Amino acid sequence: MDVKRLIMVAVGGQGNLLASKVLGEAALICKVPVKMSEIHGMAQRGGVVESALVFGDAQSTIISDGEADLLLGFEPSETLRAMNRCNSSSTVITNLDPVPPFTVAIGRGVYPDMETIKALIRERAARLIAFDAMALAKEAGTPMTMNIVLVGALIQTGALPLTRESVERAIETRTKKAFVEMNLAAFDLGFKEAQKE
Amino acid sequence: MHKLLHDTPEKEVMLLGNESIARGAVEAGLAFATTYPGTPSSELSLNLFQISQETDLYFEYSTNEKVALEVAAAAANSGLRTMCIMKHVGLNVAADPLMTLAYVGVRGGLVILTADDPSMFSSQNEQDNRYYGKLAGLPVLEPSSVAEAKEMTKAAFELSETLQEPVILRTTTRINHSSACVRLGTITKPVTRGDFQKDPFNFVTVPAVSRKLHVKLLENLEHARKISNRCEHNRVEGKGSLGIICNGVSYLYAVDGVNDLGIKERVKILRIGLSNPMPDELVVDFLSGCGRVLVVEEGEPFMEEAVRSIAQAAAITIPIRGKGEGLFSRLYEFDPAMVKKVIADYFGIKYTGKTAVDKAGFPEIPQRPPNLCSGCSHRATFYEVKKAAKGMETICPSDIGCYTLGFLPPLSTGDFVLCMGASVSSACGFSKVTDKKVIAFIGDSTFFHSGMTGLANAVFNNHNFTLVILDNGITAMTGHQPNPGVDMGLYNLQGYNRISIENVVKALGVEHITVIKPFKVKKSIEAIRTALEFKGVSVIISKEACALHARSLKILKPRAFTVTDRCKNHRDCMDSIACPSFFIEENRVKIDPNTCVGCALCAQICPENAIVPLKS
Repeated sequence: MDVKRLIMVAVGGQGNLLASKVLGEAALICKVPVKMSEIHGMAQRGGVVESALVFGDAQSTIISDGEADLLLGFEPSETLRAMNRCNSSSTVITNLDPVPPFTVAIGRGVYPDMETIKALIRERAARLIAFDAMALAKEAGTPMTMNIVLVGALIQTGALPLTRESVERAIETRTKKAFVEMNLAAFDLGFKEAQKE
Repeated sequence: MHKLLHDTPEKEVMLLGNESIARGAVEAGLAFATTYPGTPSSELSLNLFQISQETDLYFEYSTNEKVALEVAAAAANSGLRTMCIMKHVGLNVAADPLMTLAYVGVRGGLVILTADDPSMFSSQNEQDNRYYGKLAGLPVLEPSSVAEAKEMTKAAFELSETLQEPVILRTTTRINHSSACVRLGTITKPVTRGDFQKDPFNFVTVPAVSRKLHVKLLENLEHARKISNRCEHNRVEGKGSLGIICNGVSYLYAVDGVNDLGIKERVKILRIGLSNPMPDELVVDFLSGCGRVLVVEEGEPFMEEAVRSIAQAAAITIPIRGKGEGLFSRLYEFDPAMVKKVIADYFGIKYTGKTAVDKAGFPEIPQRPPNLCSGCSHRATFYEVKKAAKGMETICPSDIGCYTLGFLPPLSTGDFVLCMGASVSSACGFSKVTDKKVIAFIGDSTFFHSGMTGLANAVFNNHNFTLVILDNGITAMTGHQPNPGVDMGLYNLQGYNRISIENVVKALGVEHITVIKPFKVKKSIEAIRTALEFKGVSVIISKEACALHARSLKILKPRAFTVTDRCKNHRDCMDSIACPSFFIEENRVKIDPNTCVGCALCAQICPENAIVPLKS
């Protein structure tokens, strides 16, 4: 089976660990071998959370620079920061709703211009899907579904060996009961948004 | 029912490495477990704690790793299958009992889980704990994958009982924090009551006994060497004249690299899973068919040196390399592409890798360092200590916990950090040899872990410094584990006692003790100022619940504050406390109502009184 490597980057609290769990469960349903690794570290204290997911017949659970086929960014400046994980054939999907780091607030850095972020990614990767996933999450019922909006867009690309149905089933079993409906709506909104690109 | 307790053999489930190890322990009939929490091992302890609520498993959060291992040693010597869990540096704390427990041995299986952290994702060093196996003379098992971690945990109990010695199960972050599909096995019912058979000439380590026990340890080690040579954990895969010897996650990277390079037919791999003692005969066999050998291991050249020494004894002279220029580093964790590149270079194969996106021309992306949470009481305490110490030249030794982050500007209260408890003891040294005011910081859990002995030393030797105990009522950094100062009633857990830090400090002979509520800013600064003036050892206990934890327990109901028009934009708040709820919009300071919990620290320091509760 072809190996597909996915990197997900987020800021603590954006729910990328749950997104990993959903994708892992979907892989189990589709009988696709999957290995995942994550760095929790100081996530709850505002740091970056990174997950690596390797689908197919590979043994490693982490992904080297240049080796990601897919990059899913939950925060635009973090997507840009993680671009060294990609190569010229990679597909990048990013949320465009920024969470400026605190260093910006205290004048120790400038948040990059959004158009520059998009232009740089477009120039150096094969494909960019960029949209305001937070707006769609709110439309789905709660900002907390932003992660699943992005998962919807990811699945739409067809780049992962996972079916839409398997991910929806994983959402049903892996997310909190009270949020299942909203998460399914969020998944659908993300999926449709990626179709537009 | 806890998800690791389902008795559904053959079922395949996605598990985190730490969950896989916990399940392995359950399948092995684990009866007794002790720990001191530490990343990356913490979820393993958490799962066993949860399991203990539903089963006969005895589990405890011990006060430190030395205590945890000593408690475990007694349980194992009463015949119970026992596990003792800690992060790599925890084994330094437990090294004292470890060394002699190897002499005494165990009757029931004892598995010591040590989680190494190459690259130091959340640790103060990246020491390679395989050397503890060598130092103590104990077997070391190292899984390569999440699924193997479960099987090896079971094997570790078997091996421990075969040898009657503790077994070290050594993982790295990428085992503990990776997830993969694991096939469940059968659960063994644990034996939960033990009996200790008196045998002082084997258990009481006076010199005459220990001289005899050391002989026994070496015999056990010889037995372990034989096992190492024929066990399934040390195995040869493939055929060829290019040899790779690897362990742990390096094995995964080597296998992927060999496949990607298309040299599978030419490469022979020796995967070492039982790394102490090394399988000398197997290594000789392996080397015999090789023209060139590469040792792939993160950390120190543990296997490399052993393999070279084994080769020398067998008069084998082929090149055996691992660490060195153009090869592998002793620094940081490996990654698949790096391993593939070294394999290609060393064996003279054309490297086929993907070229990473060049980030040249990218704008500088602002850093996102971890920060104390919104509403964190440590921020208030640090601010107040700085205010109270204004004009003084200070040295601030700090300790291991969330509050280590206080070293970052603008709080900048943290000048020296070594290990758990070192804030107090290093304060003794600094205050003796410098003329600066020494103010040390330690958390509640760390104080119980190893701060108390330092404080006893300070009182006895009449040192001169102020110790600030940041008591947020929980072990916050590692994910909110209990410690002896925690009110277990908050969790509806019975059968625990609670120790007052104030009483401990008093009993240790400290004469100047102040308890502050850090969110009462003016009062706290005054109280701290008085404590700083005291000649001798003064202790300030700053008591306020961890905001993150209090929110999760629903004790703290967030009530956001806002910046009104009275703000004159001099940004004292921003510049002095740097709360992550602040942000700048249209050149004005704003407060994010979604993250502000309403600690009111900023409201109290704003000279304009411009920060007020947000009307809902």
